[in-house]
Amino acid sequence: MGVTPDDVRHVATLARLSIPEGELASYVEQLNAILGHMEALQQVPSSGAAAAADAARPGMALRADAVGPMPLTRPAAEFAPELRDGFFLVPRLATHEDAGEGA
Amino acid sequence: MSATAWEMVVGLEVHVQLKTRTKAYCACSTNFGDAPNRNTCPVCLALPGALPVLNAEAVTLATRAALALGCTVHERSIFARKNYFYPDLPKGYQISQAEFPLATQGHLTLADGLRVGITRVHMEEDAGKSIHDRFPGMTAIDLNRAGVPLIEIVGEPEIRSSAQAGAYLRALREVLLFCGVSDVSMEEGSLRVDANVSARPLGETTFRPRTEIKNLNSFSNVEKALELEFRRHVATYEAGGTIAQQTMLFDAAAQEVRAARSKEGSHDYRYFPEPDLPPLVLTPEWISEQRDALPELPAARRARWVTSHKLSAAEAEGLSGTVELAAYFEAVVATAGDGKAAANWILGEVLAALNESGVALAQFPIAPARLAALIALVKGGQLSSTAAKTVFATMRSDTAAPEQIAQRDGLLQVGDDSALEQWIDEVWAEHPTEAARFAAGEQKLQGVLVGFLMKKSKGRADPKKLNQLLAARIAK
Amino acid sequence: MSRSLLDLTAAQLGAAVREGRTPAGELLTASLDRLAETHAGNDGLNAIVHQVGADDSAMQPLAMGPLAGVPVAIKDNLATRTLPTTCGSRILDGWVSPYEATAVRKLREAGAIVIGKTNREVFAMGSSTEHSAFGPSRNPHDRRRAPGGSSGGSAAAVAVGIAPIALGSETGGSVRQPAAFCGIVGVKPTYGRVSRYGLVAFASSLDCVAPFGRTVDDAALATEIISGHDPLDATSAAHTVPAMRVGPGPLAGLVVGVPKEYFPDSLMPEVRAICDRALEALRAQGATIREVSLPHTPYAIPVYYIIAPAEASANLARFDGVRYGMRIEVDGVQAMYGATRAAGFGAEVTRRILLGTYVLSAGYYDAYYRKAQEVRALIARDFTDVFASGVHVLFTPTTPTPAFALGAISDPYEMYLSDIYTVTANLAGIPGISLPIGRVHGLPVGGQVLAPAFDEPTMFRAAYALEAALGAEAHR
Repeated sequence: MGVTPDDVRHVATLARLSIPEGELASYVEQLNAILGHMEALQQVPSSGAAAAADAARPGMALRADAVGPMPLTRPAAEFAPELRDGFFLVPRLATHEDAGEGA
Repeated sequence: MSATAWEMVVGLEVHVQLKTRTKAYCACSTNFGDAPNRNTCPVCLALPGALPVLNAEAVTLATRAALALGCTVHERSIFARKNYFYPDLPKGYQISQAEFPLATQGHLTLADGLRVGITRVHMEEDAGKSIHDRFPGMTAIDLNRAGVPLIEIVGEPEIRSSAQAGAYLRALREVLLFCGVSDVSMEEGSLRVDANVSARPLGETTFRPRTEIKNLNSFSNVEKALELEFRRHVATYEAGGTIAQQTMLFDAAAQEVRAARSKEGSHDYRYFPEPDLPPLVLTPEWISEQRDALPELPAARRARWVTSHKLSAAEAEGLSGTVELAAYFEAVVATAGDGKAAANWILGEVLAALNESGVALAQFPIAPARLAALIALVKGGQLSSTAAKTVFATMRSDTAAPEQIAQRDGLLQVGDDSALEQWIDEVWAEHPTEAARFAAGEQKLQGVLVGFLMKKSKGRADPKKLNQLLAARIAK
Repeated sequence: MSRSLLDLTAAQLGAAVREGRTPAGELLTASLDRLAETHAGNDGLNAIVHQVGADDSAMQPLAMGPLAGVPVAIKDNLATRTLPTTCGSRILDGWVSPYEATAVRKLREAGAIVIGKTNREVFAMGSSTEHSAFGPSRNPHDRRRAPGGSSGGSAAAVAVGIAPIALGSETGGSVRQPAAFCGIVGVKPTYGRVSRYGLVAFASSLDCVAPFGRTVDDAALATEIISGHDPLDATSAAHTVPAMRVGPGPLAGLVVGVPKEYFPDSLMPEVRAICDRALEALRAQGATIREVSLPHTPYAIPVYYIIAPAEASANLARFDGVRYGMRIEVDGVQAMYGATRAAGFGAEVTRRILLGTYVLSAGYYDAYYRKAQEVRALIARDFTDVFASGVHVLFTPTTPTPAFALGAISDPYEMYLSDIYTVTANLAGIPGISLPIGRVHGLPVGGQVLAPAFDEPTMFRAAYALEAALGAEAHR
């Protein structure tokens, strides 16, 4: 058991964090050290406490379907890295298949 | 050629936009076609610190859709984050439902009576729009759609042909339209389909690996893509190959299905309960109010029409083509009483008139009550069906009551004996040979003589009376 | 003049401005002078990282409310309208929020003037305020030591009188711990008591906006003002806000529980002695002291370090260089994401995102995230059971030790352990307050009072009485 360099590479890909190969080992070590402390939880018997706590939570308040968005005090043009004709621009995606995932 | 017969196995996941004024989690408008990023705010731009608050109307519409599909709507459901990166997904996760969806275990009845199971209905939000061909080397992002409320309807893998898939989608579209849940407009992207397809030899009871074709945006594309993908599976199996579970994309322009560029681990969505939204709690009373508020569903309505109005299945199908047409039919029947006659009129004259004029039913000058009055005149014997068609044509541009039009234009049926005898005498004089042969017992000439009489009376002669009087002339 | 002015409480200053005895401008000048004094030199406090100019037009109070003209400092992760909100990170370098946090708005509507944004750990992840793009903040009692974290800048600013009140935020004790280290009062309200709208999310199910004051009364005043339901935060509670400035009074009938897990044999003897003195003072006011047990306490840190990074991994996904914030221009969107995020977050945040992504990923979710939620519920149940057994509040040390030296702790897990007594209240959602109860080698020691959810009045009742009973001893 334990986190491997491949695990860290995989997780870094999921989280879109470019980690230089040289720093990989240090993250592997740190994650293993931290997760080692988490093993203590496995000793606690499962009790269904989470489900019981969840069932006791009150339901959420809903919002009426009325238009009235919070206005922006500054337009997107002032904070977007790149905005043209009202569109946010990003480096070209080949097509929508580029992500290989999605809703 | 192989002797194996192959069976297609399909399960559809349909994403439908709910008909709300505002987005699922913020108060931005859902209006279609506005300037890019006009309908955005801190929440749907995912600015630091902004939080979602769920739209009550989205919950109502999602619940109605689920009930219309015969689902059990749960008193408690939980929202979850579905994590993935894409430039038009501002938060880096979609707020959806996973382990505890709004509703489960329903079904949809297709036009031919086949029932397809519905696994679940859950609430989620749409992403924005990525435009790849507007700026060279760049992808343009419009977030007007980001956060628009959707439901995902997951069907059981019980569909066995592309035609059935089409029928399923048409039936689903009809239910959603009738419930007022969605506009179901394909061109505005308010209905999108992911299709899971696999192939197996007929008779095999286990499922083989499936592939998922994503984001199909028209019914014909669904059918086409399923056919293509099914054939690929079969060809692969027949060549001794295997099918790997993967995501496919349908290229409508090239009419081909191809593998999406898949990335290692790209499908690890890391769902977990959305901490920004407490559980959605619905009371049994509220759920049953929503059930009571549902209109009669198309399938049930058609069945009722067939039983109580003696319509054929085809007639019932034709009349339930749109919400408006069905309502028009119901309104005519409510006054005229005669469902069969109302169906004939609507499917014949009314649809033809609408087609010819290009006018929408709402603007059609012959309101249900006027059509009902016309039908009553025919039924009461005051108007022949031929004359009624003439009156109908006049009614399209004349707001007078049908009875007045018939009277004014001299189209009311004549059943008065002396007037009819007068016409018979004249015809007897004009066509002596035929009259003599008829009088001598040559029955088949009755039709010919009636034809002469109708012509002479300009269609006004009451044919029933006429036949009685003609019969009397044989006896003489 | 300025010295004595800044020695007054927020309530007194607000009254002076409201009644025209002190011009708001004079108060502001005094505050900015104090800021300049304390921030000069190589060992300046570095508590305030963005500040208003002396002639800033935003300086007029919005209303002559309880905080009329009172300078307040706001942690750099709460959205303010004119000053930047950078979370001490490169990725939000220069970010000025186009909307305002609800808690900040409420303070301004009470008349407060936001004079600056305070230093904090990058994205509030840490317990020392050493890891900030702006460099470490320093402890006013010993500039070689950490002020605690992550809201260390706010704590230091209040401790030296730049502002009598400041807002911080808590996820695992980030207000109570620095309050203890800096010798002031820090309040963590019940989860849901104060809107999180505009608080840059770290771990949504744990995050709270939390105020600092130099006195219990100022802290109660600030808590009262920022509390209340907010329609923009679905997790904000509908409860009405009770009066919190209950004032000092006898504690007859109050049962104070002392959880034995917070007083292990390994506890620093000086800290234990100071706590004993505080308990004696409570007893002298009429309280009954009772030893109790919260058996799941040892699991709090592991639970916290699974849930908080898991939620953070999703909350920080929105920082993707697409709509706002830093972007590193490289070819291809995936490369842009990776480069921007790695450079923009820094090592501690990267480590926590990796950890959070790992515990949510396929195959590990049940072992880590689900298990942690399970144990979290048991920790919360410990509190419910103790409070149900007739105990009204709990008393504990706020931290195991006084402020540690800057750079003294390099092992992340050891640093995490400084939250060991505070993190339980965040996991259970209950309110807590830390107030000064004595000193060890000149360094402040904090005592913590914990109360049942939404019972801030009882928590303040005990805190007021303790503060009054200890008097000057609290700072000896």
